[in-house]
Amino acid sequence: MSTMFETRNLSKKFVKTLDTAAKIAQRFGADIREEVVHAVDGVNLTIKRGEVVGLVGESGCGKSTFGRMVAGILPPTSGQMFYRGQDVTELDKETVLESMLQVQMIFQDPFASLNPRMRVEEIISEAPVVHGLIKPSERASYAEEVMLRVGLDPDYRKRYPHQFSGGQRQRIGIARALAVNPDFLVCDEAIAALDVSIQAQVINLFMDLRKDLDLTYLFISHDLSVVEHISDRVVIMYLGRVVEIASTADIFDSPNHPYTTALLNEVPTLDSRGIDYHPISGEIPSPLDPPPGCHFHPRCPHASERCQIEAPELIEISPDRFSACHLNTSE
Amino acid sequence: MTSSGPTLQVENLQTHFFTKAGIAEAVNGTSFSVNSGQVMGLVGESGSGKSVTGFSLIGLVDEPGRIVGGSIKFNGEELIGASEERMRDLRGNKIAMIFQDPMMTLNPVLRIDTQMIETILAHEKVDKETARQRCRDALGQVGISAAEERMKAYPHQFSGGMRQRVAIAIALLNKPDLIICDEPTTALDVTIQGQILYEAQKLCRETGTSLIWITHDLAVVAGLADKICVMYAGQIVESGTIDDVLDHPIHPYTKGLLGSVPTHGNKGRRLIQIPGMAPSLLNLPKGCSFQDRCPRVDEACTEQPPQTTPVEGRDIRCFHPYLEAGQ
Repeated sequence: MSTMFETRNLSKKFVKTLDTAAKIAQRFGADIREEVVHAVDGVNLTIKRGEVVGLVGESGCGKSTFGRMVAGILPPTSGQMFYRGQDVTELDKETVLESMLQVQMIFQDPFASLNPRMRVEEIISEAPVVHGLIKPSERASYAEEVMLRVGLDPDYRKRYPHQFSGGQRQRIGIARALAVNPDFLVCDEAIAALDVSIQAQVINLFMDLRKDLDLTYLFISHDLSVVEHISDRVVIMYLGRVVEIASTADIFDSPNHPYTTALLNEVPTLDSRGIDYHPISGEIPSPLDPPPGCHFHPRCPHASERCQIEAPELIEISPDRFSACHLNTSE
Repeated sequence: MTSSGPTLQVENLQTHFFTKAGIAEAVNGTSFSVNSGQVMGLVGESGSGKSVTGFSLIGLVDEPGRIVGGSIKFNGEELIGASEERMRDLRGNKIAMIFQDPMMTLNPVLRIDTQMIETILAHEKVDKETARQRCRDALGQVGISAAEERMKAYPHQFSGGMRQRVAIAIALLNKPDLIICDEPTTALDVTIQGQILYEAQKLCRETGTSLIWITHDLAVVAGLADKICVMYAGQIVESGTIDDVLDHPIHPYTKGLLGSVPTHGNKGRRLIQIPGMAPSLLNLPKGCSFQDRCPRVDEACTEQPPQTTPVEGRDIRCFHPYLEAGQ
């Protein structure tokens, strides 16, 4: 399989700069500093053509920021991104838009991501017309075709988003992404806002589309069971860093990183009846002030002194299996 | 507490909303009971009436909603038609509720200690220091260390998980017999959810408090609850012990719902999906409300709504359940 997308050392920092008043206060000795959040901290990831990669983490781990950078919505602070072998971080803005047209994003909230004043037909056909894929006169027929593909009744193409249910809106969002013939979809919590029975419909739709259109997915979610269901490989993030990458079977059958293990233990499943809960202690630290060394060490049951000082590298512990934990290199 | 008998016994509860567009029968004839120390999971999708059921129990249904029928017996006492004074007396005292969003539950301009002490003093005449000590104990019970320090903080100084712990601590203050939890972990991360579930479980085992755990997440209930009620369009369609219902669902909706959940066993396969979507409460079909999405529908389903019938150790509302013999 050839490489579809690759990131090298990709980072994103959000800096809250000081305003004039704060600068003056600082000069007089007040304890005010610029606040910097390392939302994504040096992520290396290769996504092969036709693969579904699940990206999992808790809130604030940088998974959405990473997804937005991959989709080209957010410029990275440093690092490189390669789409089909081409370095897209070096291109100027217009060329990027053109060359990354086939990378599309599907958002979490189907209520916020659709323009409430546009009809479904316009929402779906806007991008293809702008990019010259279809003529303006073909709008209606093209929208109908795409709507059929995602399981929407084409008779509804003149309706507005508020006239649809949550699940149907998510289908409109998917139709909008598919309208420009993408080969790579970034789904950011695309089913999190939907009811269980509707979730199943959308998951099935994603799997059908993958087969029919030969799509590659980066599937971002906090829901491990959904990720296990549809992914080939899983990436686990914690506070901006990747802690483990492995095939889905490896992650779920024999997790390597203590955080992955903890996460898997916490996930409630239908088969675990009347269990005794043994949660990992502590909270996710503030990304404004992450702990030194390994970010996970304050909550880790195996933490040693080394973990408090030195951040572990993401190393290959067995073929195609990566983990960032000192336990793999000690002894 | 009165002698034997269930802590809570609900019979044929009906809560309707009288809107301009028509009458929405949000809860339409639900019956269930919860024993002391028992955890009941109340599961359903959005709009199924699970939260309204919770609000009805504690007498917090707002206009245009009204409880129009049925009976709620709490420790043998009838709550429907009870005076507002009596309800105030019970709320936060013998029956407590924990909500989904702890930022909305806690008053943002009052310190935690003010809010907690207020809860005690509203129901009991004790001096402030005793009340304070009880608050410290309650916070310790839900795993908040340095309680004395943390009590002086405002809600915004806590993280989401910590706020939810405070909300639980407040619910515990007056040693209630029943706590109604309305999606208390939905807004939380997985590891924090695990911690809250741990506290809830500890609580039931140690104090014998009954819990009603309202959620859309079947997996959460699976680990925690003893019995489960599945709601659809304002009615409980299947209820029974957690093992019975989850291992052998016999109502088509429960079966569909369980098939929709990705599990270890069905990885990569197509999920069994329930076609269509839940009907509008304003415009329920005649007969069974699940008929449009049901694979086993026939004429009988379109004419009369099925009544609750006991089948194989549980209660279901269905004319054509998946029985052991005829599967």
